This record gives sequence, structure tokens and C-alpha cells, in this order.
Amino acid sequence: MQSASIDIAERAIGIIDQLKGKEGPLLPILHELQAEFGYVPRETLPIIASALNISRAEVHGVFTFYHDYRDHPAGRHVLKLCRAESCQSMGGDALADRARELLGIDWHGTTPDGAVTLEPVYCLGLCACSPSAMLDGEVIGRLDAERLEEIATEVRL
Amino acid sequence: MTVTFYVPRDSGALALGAERVAKVLQSEIDSRGLDARIVRNGSRGMYWLEPLVEVETLSGRVAYGPVKASEVPALLDNGMGQGRVHPLWLGLTDQLPFLARQTRLTFARCGIIDPVSLEDYRAHDGLKGLENALTLAPAEIVAQVTESGLRGRGGAGFPTGIKWKTVLDTAGAQKYIVCNADEGDSGTFADRMIMEGDPFVLIEGMTIAGIATGATKGYVYIRSEYPHAVAVMNEAVEVARRAGVLGKSVLGSPYAFDMEVRVGAGAYVCGEETALLESLEGRRGIVRAKPPLPAHKGLFGRPTVINNVISLASVPVILDKGATFYKDFGMGRSRGTIPLQIAGNVKHGGLFETAFGLTLGDIVDDIGGGTASGRPVKAVQVGGPLGAYFPRELFDTPFDYEAFAAKDGLIGHAGLVVFDDTVDMLKQARFAMEFCAVESCGKCTPCRIGSTRGVEVVDRIAANVEPEKQIKVLTDLCNTMKFGSLCALGGFTPYPVMSALTHFPEDFRPAPVAQAAE
Repeated sequence: MQSASIDIAERAIGIIDQLKGKEGPLLPILHELQAEFGYVPRETLPIIASALNISRAEVHGVFTFYHDYRDHPAGRHVLKLCRAESCQSMGGDALADRARELLGIDWHGTTPDGAVTLEPVYCLGLCACSPSAMLDGEVIGRLDAERLEEIATEVRL
Repeated sequence: MTVTFYVPRDSGALALGAERVAKVLQSEIDSRGLDARIVRNGSRGMYWLEPLVEVETLSGRVAYGPVKASEVPALLDNGMGQGRVHPLWLGLTDQLPFLARQTRLTFARCGIIDPVSLEDYRAHDGLKGLENALTLAPAEIVAQVTESGLRGRGGAGFPTGIKWKTVLDTAGAQKYIVCNADEGDSGTFADRMIMEGDPFVLIEGMTIAGIATGATKGYVYIRSEYPHAVAVMNEAVEVARRAGVLGKSVLGSPYAFDMEVRVGAGAYVCGEETALLESLEGRRGIVRAKPPLPAHKGLFGRPTVINNVISLASVPVILDKGATFYKDFGMGRSRGTIPLQIAGNVKHGGLFETAFGLTLGDIVDDIGGGTASGRPVKAVQVGGPLGAYFPRELFDTPFDYEAFAAKDGLIGHAGLVVFDDTVDMLKQARFAMEFCAVESCGKCTPCRIGSTRGVEVVDRIAANVEPEKQIKVLTDLCNTMKFGSLCALGGFTPYPVMSALTHFPEDFRPAPVAQAAE
């Protein structure tokens, strides 16, 4: 366990050192840490604070303000469903209910087998082909119940 | 002769299968030994036809769409390479009515060129605006922009030239150009489309802004929900830097300008300019009180131009063709063109750039072709989650900043979301309050507390608990939010709520309907 923490700290320091020279480096650092670990390990927050010479409270404040950052790993797949108006106008609410039913989880939840995390997103800019979704960074337009069921099956394979 | 095919890399096209189409097309080209190449262009903005595949012919580009990957071999068998007729054949792209009716100034190249080819960009009049700007004094560039009548396309509609002049006139050892690409409003995708389809026009616009105001560093703050736009912008910035468009000497001039792409982290409020600056500085996206204006004390307390993507991307054509050319389009105090984004439950969804002045009805019924579901249009939300819902009775409103304000609405970033008659406007009003509650930065009370109370009040109306009294409370609450909030999030959330309540009162009084039905 201890060696895992040391490993995380070492990798984090490498990332922080690379980015701390930028103007306003905190968001880029948090993004890179999340890209590296899949989430932002809590133990990296004090390391960031000390490297940037800001308080731990400030780092914590920023980390918790933004919806994107996670403090624990997501499922193997991340399905984001757009919940905004344009997608609502094309039956997005019904699809959202169906997704929660199919996966048996609520928003921000991860299936017990760790296969998939379901997240709401407010607009992917695909409003002319609503309803839209994003599966592991891949954009999906004109989502329908059939495709949603395929996704729910695929992610559990 | 090498045949050129175009398959978009725009996320809208990708979301509809363009990547698979491109892969199959490439493998067919290889296996058939065709002398052909594929250009991955941006989107033409006709999303009901995406993936739209085009082929270059002697008479111009011919379009096919919407193309499924499985249909590619048959299309090639039928002579797609020569632009021959097929059930998916649409004719010459430029003559498609949706495109032919537009006035494309800002989006002139979008969907036409290879987005990351600077040669292509130059061949289509790119960099002419910047080259002209380099022959002018900074104050003259600012005067051109002011004279063009360009107003902030992000929604506020503030004259761009005045903003620039303030920064030019403010002394500072370091000044910044910040591009607000945090396009979070549902129903809007113009920023995304231009960044994915013609990123150099934004780079050129920002560089001109830098030269005009004395800023040497630029940031594009793109929302994280737009990974493709981030990738294309990063690629284009690198190309521009290598070609000497960006760097210590812009196109060999004494001016220095460089820029960097920054990615947001899923906070809607960061689309508000001061929250965006806080976020860029590495803090929580909390709105700042104004004054000081960002033009005086912006990023890191330095004089900063902060403009929307479309405002900046409209600058090159103004500097290329002149302020008068641009100003001659439009109506009243809304000059130039506006890229309308027609979205939601609509038959012909997409981007339609046109001079200001079309009526809402023209846009929805004529250009948009009515609903996708075929049912009657009940409401159109204009300007994103903070924009008003317009009923059919107001469809004669011309698309113009002032005309929309006069009808208690706003054009915002010019996104239109169409709803058919199945929409429940009480639910939409509730969503507006709920969204505000989720996304509020929490600095001011009317927004932070008001939005949560708003959800509760709407719920009481839905539950038929003293509805008349609750409607009064809701109206009063909206008034407090509108005039008491620090920024547009709390200040404009009343627009969708009050417009729903005003124009669709029947949805807020479920009881009498239920009684009548008994």
C-alpha cells in the first residue's frame, strides 16, 4: 500500500514539475493527473499545494468546484448522456430514464461490476443531431433506445 | 487525375458515423487501386445530411448524404468518384438551397477546406485580414472593428471595437487576448464548428486583436466537452507557429503574438467572462464583481480583451474586405451576419449564417422546415438555457438584438431549440431553475438561493398547492434574481421561466384542465 502511494506521489511530482511553469497551472495539472490516474488521487492535493505555493484549502476548493474532476476511479467505460434542452426536445429524458433502468444505477453511479459509470452532461454541441451522448470520449448523435440497449450490453462485455 | 473526396471530421458528423465512412472509403480506394485522396474537412452545417461526403468534379463539388459506411462500396460502383447520380446524390453542394441562401462571411471556409492546412487557408483568402492589419496602426485597426458595428456574439452584444479601444488605451506591461470558447449553451455549436472546421480564422482574429491592442499572449479557453475542437485547435496553433503566423514576429512583422489552448473542467458558469478569467488563473470559477472591467484589470489583473469565438473569427473578414462591407449586412444596430444554430426537434438542423433581420418564423418554419417529429411547433428557446421560450404568436420577431430584447428575450449566442407540442413548459421552467442551481458559482444570493427556491416553487405549482399564490411568488423571485444577481446566470434564468409562464400559462394551471376533463 505504502509503495503504491509513493508511486502515485512520484508520478504526480513528475507531472506537476512539467506544468508548474505555466501561467495559471492548476487546471492543467489537475487535468493531467486525471489523465494519468483516471482520477485525481487525494494524496496529490498537498503535493500540488506545496509545489505552487498555495494553500491546501485552495487546491481542494478548485478540485471540488469543477464537475470534471473525480476523487475515485470511474468504471471501465464512462457513458455521458446529454440532459440539456435540445436533447430534451428529442426525447432525451425518456432515454435518460431508460439508461438508468438498463444499468441499474443513478447519475454519477458505477455498476457494481465496475463496467460503466453514468454521467449527465449539459450539452456536447451536437444539438442538431439530438439526443446525443459520449461513450469513452466518442461522440454519438441521434441516440435511440435501440442503440442505448446495444451500448448497455457492449459495455458489460 | 487524382479524385478528391471530402469526409468531415466535425464532431457532429463523427457522431453520425463519419469516421467509419472515411475508413471504409479509404480501404475501398486502396483495394480498388483508385487514384484518390480523402480530405477530412469541417462540416457544411447541414446535420440532417451528415455524414455528407463530397467529391470534387470539373463543375464543382458534388454532395452525397447522409452516407452510411455500408453504402460506400455501392456508391463507388455507381460512379461517386465522377459525381454520378445515385439515390444519395444531392447535386452540387453550393447549390443546395440551405447553403445557397446563406451569407457566409465568418463561416466562408468552414466545411470547404482542410481545417489544418495553412496552404488551403491561404488559397481561400485566409490571412488577408491579418496582412492588411499589419499595414495599419493599432488605432486604425480598432477603428475598423468599431466602424463595422461588430457586437459580441457570445450573447451580451457589447460593441467589440469599444472593448478593444479600452484595452488599447490602458497601459500595461503585459496584455492578453482571451477567447471564450466555453460554449455551454444548449442549442449552440457555432464555436465548435468553426474551431473544428476553420481554426485558423480564430487564430487570425486573435492575432489581429493582439496587434490592435498591444497584447502579445492569447488563450483559447475551450470547454472539456469539446475534445475534438481542442485537438484541432492545438494542431492548428502548432502549424501556425511553425509557419511564423504566431511567434516573436507575426508574418515577419515587428509584432509578437503567441497563444495557447486551455481546457475547461465542466463548469457552465465559466462561460461568464470573469469566471472564465478566474478559471484560467487556476481558481474556482467564481464570478468577479465589475468594475474593474476585464479591459482594465482582466487576466492576472492585466488589461485583457475577452471575446467570444465568433466575434474574433469575424474580425479577419472585416479587416480583409473593410468595415463598410461588413456593416452593410444586417438591420438597425445589429450589423453584419449571425451564424444561426437551428437545433432540437427540427427537420433541417444546422448552421445558417445570414444577415440579421430574418424573422423567427422564417428561421423555424422555412429554413428549419418545422419539427423533426412532424408535430406542430409549440415553443422555440432562443439563446440557450438562459434564453426565453417564444410561442408561435411571436414568430414575426426579427432576429436582432434590440427586437428580441423588446419581446423580453435575447438572441444570446444565436442558438434556437425547437420544441413540438408534446413539451410541458412547466417542466422546462423547472429545468431552468434546476440548471441554475446546479451551475451557480454560489457567490451571490439571488442566484445561489433563488434557483433552489425556484425549483421548490415550481414543484408546488405542479402539485397544485395554492398555484395562484405560488405564481406570484415565482414572479417576485424572478424579479429579484433578474435585478439582484451578479452575472447573467442568475440574472437571465428568469427569461426561460417567465417566458414559459407568460406565454404558456395553461401549462402552469393543471387543475382546471383536470376538472374540465372529468
